[in-house]
Amino acid sequence: MARAQHDYDDIPGTFVFDAERSRQGYGINMFCMSLMKDENRKAFKANEAEYLKRFNLTSEQTEAILKRDYNRMLELGGNIYFTAKLGATDGHSFQHLAALMTGSSQQDYAAMMLSGGRSVEGNRSKSGKGKSAKSKSKSKSKSKPKPKPSAKRK
Amino acid sequence: MATIIAGVGSSHVPAIGAALDNGKTEEPYWKRVFSGFEKSKDWMAKTKPDVAIVVYNDHASAFSVDIIPTFALGCAAEFPPADEGWGPRPVPVLKGHPELAAHIAQSVILDEFDLTVVNKMEVDHGLTVPMNLLFGTPKEWPCRVIPLAVNVVMYPPPTGHRCYMLGRAIRKAVESYPEDLKVVIFGTGGLSHQISGPRAGLINSKWDKSFLDNLTKDPKKLTRIPHLDYMREAGAEGIEMVMWLIMRGALDDKVDEVYRFYTVPASNTAVGHIILENRRKAASKSKRAPAAKSRQAAARKPAHRIASKGQR
Repeated sequence: MARAQHDYDDIPGTFVFDAERSRQGYGINMFCMSLMKDENRKAFKANEAEYLKRFNLTSEQTEAILKRDYNRMLELGGNIYFTAKLGATDGHSFQHLAALMTGSSQQDYAAMMLSGGRSVEGNRSKSGKGKSAKSKSKSKSKSKPKPKPSAKRK
Repeated sequence: MATIIAGVGSSHVPAIGAALDNGKTEEPYWKRVFSGFEKSKDWMAKTKPDVAIVVYNDHASAFSVDIIPTFALGCAAEFPPADEGWGPRPVPVLKGHPELAAHIAQSVILDEFDLTVVNKMEVDHGLTVPMNLLFGTPKEWPCRVIPLAVNVVMYPPPTGHRCYMLGRAIRKAVESYPEDLKVVIFGTGGLSHQISGPRAGLINSKWDKSFLDNLTKDPKKLTRIPHLDYMREAGAEGIEMVMWLIMRGALDDKVDEVYRFYTVPASNTAVGHIILENRRKAASKSKRAPAAKSRQAAARKPAHRIASKGQR
């Protein structure tokens, strides 16, 4: 069954972990949870594909995990607090994962954060509908998410 | 009677805990963050609450995706720090207040808030980081703690309005508890941040400022913000901010903002912090009307500093 459409699907670059994804991604998230134990981390590292058979994963989910395609994991029901445990098992910092998901180098990502983070301008909406009355968006851009550091830093 | 005397809002960024645990607090990056809480620690040391109710969320530590309670109240006698993958944080075990917690559970459930009672729970950085920021790093925590874990990980979290109303019910429960206890309530998480997907790194300082302003002046306005706006404007994980509304709902309609701090970034997150005091404390506790008046006058000036007077 195709995924039902929601208002929040209009937010660019975002996979909202909703009840449907929670159901769909149960196997991914419980796999990640299992990595909290050292013995499981070792077993996974010894033979990743074999270890993943312990969990109820679709072939797409298995592939996303093996390829460390973090955005795809989120799309298929993974949640960031869980998938971060996989990143930690690989010895990566969270910032490394964040940079990976945004398609930028860790250096660029870190620089963006230091200069105030990614601006919401131009990053509200895929359709251009997401203007917020409250924050008086001037931007009608429907550009894809891209690092757009704010010049302001308060 | 137990009384809620103040509310504290604070981000709970895990990297803040890591900076504390790894002795990085003097590095310029982290000093900028920690220096914003120095006055707050003084305030807390003067305020000396008996109990802190800490509204926070678990991050795949105590709860996996096996069970996702919307509101889970910690009624245990103690709450050990959770192992989040690097060993438990080196902070003292938190002592609960099971009697008050059970009383709150009984009261709010009859007030139609169907929360989950948890008698055994480990607590993660969501709770321990704000504790450190406000109490420092003592050998033993100076007060009892009642954790209230809120689901903000799986969409939909409870609405802002629901959170605010739960705060109201908690206040009613606390005030019907016979023992004289000073209670401070924490709302934690936020402010704007997104840590997942291609839009990760989003920060919206304008939104955050408006949120903090309204938290003090017009919290009911905040209760009408739809989830979509939080996620769009403040980032997918910025929706954690609904937890601050539980804290706010437990306070008077009119409060004194005695301190505020905001900085960007800590790791991937905008750090926000606020201290709000109930006014009735000054009015009911003392006959020192002139002092209370001048205190309120002081609080009407722009915030960003401690205006609090010692109460004891």
